[in-house]
Amino acid sequence: MGSRSELLYFAWRNVKLRIGLGILLVFTLAALIGPYFAHHDPNAYVGPPGYPPSAEYWLGTTTFGQDVYSQFVHGLRSTFVVGLLGGGIGTILGVCIGLLAGYRGGWVDEILNMFTNIILILPTLAVLIIIAAYLTVRGIVVESIFIGCTSWPWAARAIRAQTFSLRVREFVDLARMSGRGTLKIMLTEIAPNMMSYLFMVFILQFGGAILNAATLDFIGLGPTQGVSLGLMLNNAVLWAALQLGMWWWLIPPGAAITAIVGALYVMNVGLDEIFNPKLREL
Amino acid sequence: MALRVENLRIYYRTLHGYVHAVEGATFSVRDGEIMGLAGESGCGKTTLGHSLVYMKPPMIYMEGKVFLDGQELPIWDMRRMNEFRWRLVSIIPQYAMNALNPTRRIGHLIADLLAERGLSYKHVLPELKRRLDLVQLSPEVLDRYPFELSGGMRQRMVMVISTLLNPSLLIADEITSALDVSTQKAVCEMIIEFRNRGFVRSTIFITHDMSILYQIADTVLVMYAGQLVEKAPVEEIFRSPRHPYTRMLIAALPRVGARQRTERLRGIPGSPPRLLDPPPGCRFRDRCPVAFERCTETPPFVEVEPGHFVACWREI
Amino acid sequence: MARYLSRKLMIYIFTFFVAVTIDWLIPRLMPGNPVDIMVSRMALRADVAEVMRSYYLRAFQLDLPLWQQYLNFWAALLRGDLGISIWLFPQPVLSVIARAVPYDLFLLVPAILLSWILGNQIGAMAARVRWLDNTILPLGYILTATPYMWLALLLAWALGHVVKIFPIAGAYSFNIRPHLSWLFIKDLLWHWFLPFLSLFLVMFGGWAIGMRNMIIYELEAEYSRYLGSLGASQRLIRRYAFRNAILPQITGLALQLGAIVAGAVATEIAFAYPGTGYLILQAVQNQDYFLLQGCFLFIITGVLLANFVIDIIYTLVDPRTRLGMVGE
Repeated sequence: MGSRSELLYFAWRNVKLRIGLGILLVFTLAALIGPYFAHHDPNAYVGPPGYPPSAEYWLGTTTFGQDVYSQFVHGLRSTFVVGLLGGGIGTILGVCIGLLAGYRGGWVDEILNMFTNIILILPTLAVLIIIAAYLTVRGIVVESIFIGCTSWPWAARAIRAQTFSLRVREFVDLARMSGRGTLKIMLTEIAPNMMSYLFMVFILQFGGAILNAATLDFIGLGPTQGVSLGLMLNNAVLWAALQLGMWWWLIPPGAAITAIVGALYVMNVGLDEIFNPKLREL
Repeated sequence: MALRVENLRIYYRTLHGYVHAVEGATFSVRDGEIMGLAGESGCGKTTLGHSLVYMKPPMIYMEGKVFLDGQELPIWDMRRMNEFRWRLVSIIPQYAMNALNPTRRIGHLIADLLAERGLSYKHVLPELKRRLDLVQLSPEVLDRYPFELSGGMRQRMVMVISTLLNPSLLIADEITSALDVSTQKAVCEMIIEFRNRGFVRSTIFITHDMSILYQIADTVLVMYAGQLVEKAPVEEIFRSPRHPYTRMLIAALPRVGARQRTERLRGIPGSPPRLLDPPPGCRFRDRCPVAFERCTETPPFVEVEPGHFVACWREI
Repeated sequence: MARYLSRKLMIYIFTFFVAVTIDWLIPRLMPGNPVDIMVSRMALRADVAEVMRSYYLRAFQLDLPLWQQYLNFWAALLRGDLGISIWLFPQPVLSVIARAVPYDLFLLVPAILLSWILGNQIGAMAARVRWLDNTILPLGYILTATPYMWLALLLAWALGHVVKIFPIAGAYSFNIRPHLSWLFIKDLLWHWFLPFLSLFLVMFGGWAIGMRNMIIYELEAEYSRYLGSLGASQRLIRRYAFRNAILPQITGLALQLGAIVAGAVATEIAFAYPGTGYLILQAVQNQDYFLLQGCFLFIITGVLLANFVIDIIYTLVDPRTRLGMVGE
């Protein structure tokens, strides 16, 4: 059995991965196709206020008569955008800094490590709040960039440790002796050997970015235009959905975030089992 | 007969099937005997050694009996075996340098272990200190954490702990493989000293390094791919090995007494068969220069001369 | 030990320095004149706006060179001058925050400690009890994946609206004035319970999963195997494994503090609980920048202090750092 087909075999056998992927797929489809079934603009005041789910308004309406279903599927889209973009930026930064620190060692490592530790201690959300508050116009992309730029430290630390163990290996020595440059070795020798690990880092960053964005939106520092799941929760709280018992406005956004992030975590555990033969259940 | 093992079969359970790690092992070790257990890595020697003390999944017991000092060891029963471990049968593991809990002072650790058996640390302390002295450790290491000791010191500490209750059988698993030549010699001398002073009765000394056995062992048992191949007194096995595998193994040594460091034997062409559901018969036959039709049947492990056992159809 | 702690302390001081610099820099980095932007965004009466404007100009001192602005910022900070709140004009930010702090501590300290202790206990138990493992693991993953505010809203909706057991907003009833009496304390606890519970549950999931995985890792470690070979009881092996597994959980607590604070902010907003999180919401809605910056500094300081306390505890528990064998 080849190692690639063996991996696929274990991947298919892994229940956790299947569950996680399944949930993720459902929400991805909902985000991609869902908006085409929405008859109303997510922010337009279209219906009767505070109306429970019905044939016309699948998830009811807000206090202002906005269509909750439309907000929900559009919000899902921005959730995926934030996850991909924010998680992607966080991963890339973490990988670059971790690789560089781990591969170069010495003073480069000292400085980068110090930098990583400082950002690691700073409470991400507090920093995001202070940045977001001063931005007059905020979009999802800007939000994602800021989230990505503050979430990389733990990834950098993990990658650095991995790189440390890889850089003393024979094939890296060989590449170094044959006179290849640092960047080339990092990209062609070290990074491919951590591919599985990098993928898992990305998944965790993806989930983390979604949660961070949701919290930021909930505080009221989300995108000034557009919709997001966190913003829906923010509005629901501000306009007394709780006191009025409008569960259709409160429950779907949080449930979607929980399901997506939970699916990512479970997938991550599944992948860990696949890539680490030690953890495979017998 | 201090130790008697009868038809022991130990497998590993994996997703793809059973790995036949130890197949029908039958042998015995006399009182006071230091028996070398040799073979290439992955031949099942460590599995055999561990199965006598601590069988942890995925290692599974298939069949066989083990008698020590006349009583049967319930090696398949994790819990019942506890009574025999350490007191009757003990092990110095290959990972001895990392075998101590890093966050407990060594003295405390020993006291905890003794307390579980209703023994008092204070009572044992004088003897413990004598033994520490014997392996050149000062008694103050007892107040230390393992990480405060060097690797060599930790290993000697483990040697003392493992033999503290004077077990009938000690299993020393590759305890010299990570050491330099002079330390190897010292460790071997300690094992002999332990036997001579009666700290342990019999010893199974597991190693892939034949030349060390020449210095330390009374008898040598050779394994190949999960099967017992040959057992004989040490002089005899080096002078007149009977099994083709043992012969090649001895011939692969540069000269008797020199050290063979490579794990894989370069002298023998081919590689051992996979132990995942292997076919019956002698497992060496594909590499054996003298193999013939009969080798597809499993050869019995028979005594061809007093104390000399061989599993080969050519020798019966 | 002293070296380890002083090294850590240095990092914290440096981090504080960075945080204060961020706090000073951000408003000045934004396009335009921050004073104009802030005043224009406030819907104030003309006379108040003029007072605010002159106050801001003095506070920001934009006419001075940058380095002097920076030094003055530090000087004001060290005097405890964090500016004046707009939302609660003209109260100083420091006293507004000081009033919120007790609520934060009242909510966070029990939630963190209890979730950490119970999570570790249950997680360790899950590692050996199969049915518990099969329930705790999925439950734990769901709980850690839950956004704090959503669990808060869910609990408030279920236990405060559908089944009307608990109040869903505030720290105490409107009709009671804070005073020392059994009635008030009961009311306080009554309001405290749901925010506490939602914080507790989310954190609990994380700790339980972490501990379960750590314990399984420790039980596979070589020292555990050796203990087993010597016939040690499962009890002793587990005791050692637990002691060693708790160490990374302590470090984990320090690393999680940022996320926990974020969770507390969101939870306080969901329950309108008058801690710092609620202040942040008010500050955002009222464009109260000084209050926001004050909250930022307060959170940073709190997290750094808590980190340092955890470091001290860690060195006391782990002999390796205590005896200075490990650098970091």
